Amino acid sequence: MLLTPKLDHITTADYENVYEPAEDTFLFMDALEKDANLIKEQVKPSICLEIGSGSGCISTFLGQLLGDSSKSLILCTDINPYASQITLKTGKSNMIQLDPILTDLTSGLLPRLRHSVDILCFNPPYVVTPSEEVNSSNLIEKAWAGGVDGREVIDRTLPLVDELLSARGVFYLLVISENKPDDIRIIMQERYKFQSEVVLSRLSGREKEIILKFRR
Amino acid sequence: MRLVTHNLLQCHVKGCDTNNFPLELSEIECESQETDFNPQFLRTMVPKLEWDALVRTAMKLGITTLPDKVPDTPIQELDEKFLRNLHTVLFETHIQQGKMTCPNCQHVYPIKDGIPNMLLNDNEV
Repeated sequence: MLLTPKLDHITTADYENVYEPAEDTFLFMDALEKDANLIKEQVKPSICLEIGSGSGCISTFLGQLLGDSSKSLILCTDINPYASQITLKTGKSNMIQLDPILTDLTSGLLPRLRHSVDILCFNPPYVVTPSEEVNSSNLIEKAWAGGVDGREVIDRTLPLVDELLSARGVFYLLVISENKPDDIRIIMQERYKFQSEVVLSRLSGREKEIILKFRR
Repeated sequence: MRLVTHNLLQCHVKGCDTNNFPLELSEIECESQETDFNPQFLRTMVPKLEWDALVRTAMKLGITTLPDKVPDTPIQELDEKFLRNLHTVLFETHIQQGKMTCPNCQHVYPIKDGIPNMLLNDNEV
């Protein structure tokens, strides 16, 4: 059993600008841990990418799971400058080298990363909200506001997955039932020929959180 | 930002799609941080690199340890001296502050506190 990354370098003031790890974050880490053998023995990633790394907790956990920081590159994007800074710090505090980039999803990284990402992680803004909240100037709101069906940011990301993933690559995505996971799986199958499965799901309050996994 | 990341970034201003890589570094503050050397990982990274861009960028920082071309040997036979030099350039050279300018449209992407900022304004996307 792996320990959760140390987060005591993050202050209450930091959490005014960065999404605080919550049940969804922990479910994501549990799913990676459940797939530890697949990730370490089969995929053996050389390039990992987390979109929207927030506190950096998930990427740091992935680094810990891989065990040896010198074996792979862990790139982390976020649209929130505070998040990129804290991601870097969370990595450092846990002796994991992370490489954060301040950007929208993966802008600036394609086409160079085309078909090069072996592990792709995304804990998206998934909460159902009015559309205009997706582009809120409030950084915390932006971290969870998903617009119609909570799908607006997810849907913008799906075509990128096909561009980014290597032949052996695996994409982990957190969704809630309101995001219509079956519909996402059908889109990925029909448009991009990705196989999918549910890795884990958990009820958190009224919210059913699900980790989906996609492979070519 | 480590130089490995720089080698993956290109300008994404709307309509700027030729001669937009590599982003040219200027006003750079650099530091070196030691990290474990892993020859096998370096070998997997070599084919993923844009070598000319890496060499040119390293030169800009005064690093002249990389050859103009990747040695013409099978990846598995790349020698340790070459890999160690590559390791230092890619993984141990951290740019803390500076600017990256697109050679085509001249857009400037800042690097602040070790993080490259690739965000654009709405009218540039």
